[in-house]
Amino acid sequence: MAYKIIASQCTGCSACEPECPNVAIREKNGVFIIDPKKCTECIGHFDDAQCVAVCPVDNTCVIDTGYPRYQA
Amino acid sequence: MRATLGNQADASGHALGQLLDKIAGHKGCGTSGGEGKASCGSSAGPADMAPEVWEKVKNHPCYSEEAHHHYARMHVAVAPACNIQCNYCNRKYDCANESRPGVVSEKLTPEQAAKKVLAVASAIPQMTVLGIAGPGDALANPVKTFRTFELIAKTAPDIKLCLSTNGLALPDYVDTIKAFNVDHVTITINMVDPEVGQHIYPWIFYRNKRYTGIDAARILSERQLLGLEMLTAAGVLTKVNSVMIPGINDRHLVDVNRAVKSRGAFLHNIMPLISAAEHGTVFGLNGQRGPTAQELKQLQDECEGEMNMMRHCRQCRADAVGLLGEDRSAEFTSDKIDAMGEVVYDLDTRKQYQELVEVERQDKVAARESALQEIDATDIRILVAVATTGQGRINEHFGHAHEFQIYEVGSGGAKFVGHRRVDLYCQGGYGEEDTLPSVVRAINDCHAVFVARIGGCPRDELQAAGIDPVDRFAHEFIEESAIRYFGEYFAKVCAGDIEHRPRGDADIRQGAFTAAA
Ligand code: SF4
Ligand code: SF4
Repeated sequence: MAYKIIASQCTGCSACEPECPNVAIREKNGVFIIDPKKCTECIGHFDDAQCVAVCPVDNTCVIDTGYPRYQA
Repeated sequence: MRATLGNQADASGHALGQLLDKIAGHKGCGTSGGEGKASCGSSAGPADMAPEVWEKVKNHPCYSEEAHHHYARMHVAVAPACNIQCNYCNRKYDCANESRPGVVSEKLTPEQAAKKVLAVASAIPQMTVLGIAGPGDALANPVKTFRTFELIAKTAPDIKLCLSTNGLALPDYVDTIKAFNVDHVTITINMVDPEVGQHIYPWIFYRNKRYTGIDAARILSERQLLGLEMLTAAGVLTKVNSVMIPGINDRHLVDVNRAVKSRGAFLHNIMPLISAAEHGTVFGLNGQRGPTAQELKQLQDECEGEMNMMRHCRQCRADAVGLLGEDRSAEFTSDKIDAMGEVVYDLDTRKQYQELVEVERQDKVAARESALQEIDATDIRILVAVATTGQGRINEHFGHAHEFQIYEVGSGGAKFVGHRRVDLYCQGGYGEEDTLPSVVRAINDCHAVFVARIGGCPRDELQAAGIDPVDRFAHEFIEESAIRYFGEYFAKVCAGDIEHRPRGDADIRQGAFTAAA
């Protein structure tokens, strides 16, 4: 699995972008998106998913169940 | 607007107005339409201040109450990210409590921001300070913040740089702040006790982890105070902002005042919580109220014995352009800036303006001193509301005033103690009958209101409410006039003609200042 950002809730504040250890986050049309191919759920880097921990809007960075669980 | 400076303005007042007209060709450096918050500024002049500190602050509109009549700051929104959450903040919207726009305001790249600053500084010679305050935290966006400073320092070395931060990341950047020659830092410190802090901050993001509750408040407080100490040690001037939240940190702010003073903060600015449900903040939604004007002033007075209190801050929008309070952002949107082509930075006109201002400021001090000599010592003090468009003169029509400046005057002199914004009260209707009662409520703690002119109807209503409408000082210096008025008032009290009675409390306007110029 990877994380995704719910676009309708994203304020575009950019806080998540520099925190991602895999440079998986970028801006698109004023909001931010996660590249599921790059996202490792922060496994191997941090205990908590960084985008989730820094995002000011609760439940905006969430698990994307459309992808299989990430294997380190 | 310039014409209202009027026939009684002296020669330097005229010269200032003419120079401004030449440069701007539109309404000049009024202080109309600012934020209606009473809060704070250094009333201290050169006498009780170290010369090197005075040199640093004298042209800074946020730090010197005298300077804010003549000089302006602007903020650029290059820093959208934040690393903490505050219960009085919803970053989607322009923040009513701090000088910062919301994340939906126009975001600028450092390059766009630098160009905007140069364009504004060339058009508005009063612009002497550039600040980075948000929408998030300047130091949670270090690359953007310092890149902006670098670009501006290169082209416009006369512009002072400042930044605002919640302090969490501050200790990591004190060296950088010093290296970039940033001369003012503002830290928002609402508590020095985590027990209090847990009710203000739901969480922080620190060293790759989210902390909540009392842990979050403890880390934040430690980092804030460490950062303040480090700035002091590095010789960087530091102001502390505190938001006064009744029932949560109001009494505690006296401790905060002591803690920041002992760590070398130059100024302490206590601002009222501005809180309404439509802001969508935690405090707004749970009905947390802000303080009344009297509660705020009482706390500010209590802290004043301890250190310089800043009272003229109006919690202006962080991307506001113009003299404090006068928002000219609409003239400098990024579309318009992009369309401008190469901006030529006009250092000479800026110098010319600033020299004229110095002359005017000296005249004002002399007038104040001579007025003061004629009054015997007394404990009696009164508040007066003043309608002004800037430059330290009574030069606004009562009916045109968007805000009133409040001065406390006694035998010790006239002291600026805050602003009352009144324009938002007019939203319900445009008739004077709708507006007047709310204007009266906003200045209800004042004995008199000084105006350049006033109509018959409002004059009667003010008198009925016990507020003396005064237009005989039209176009004169504010402080000198306030002292003369007090002299007359006090003489009547001594003669037994009138009895001195304190007045009631007043309202603080709610809501962010988001109107365009
Ligand atoms: S979970 Fe971690 S790796 Fe995935 S996008 Fe968020 S920060 Fe990047
Ligand atoms: S931190 Fe949250 S709100 Fe901010 S850009 Fe990332 S997803 Fe959007």
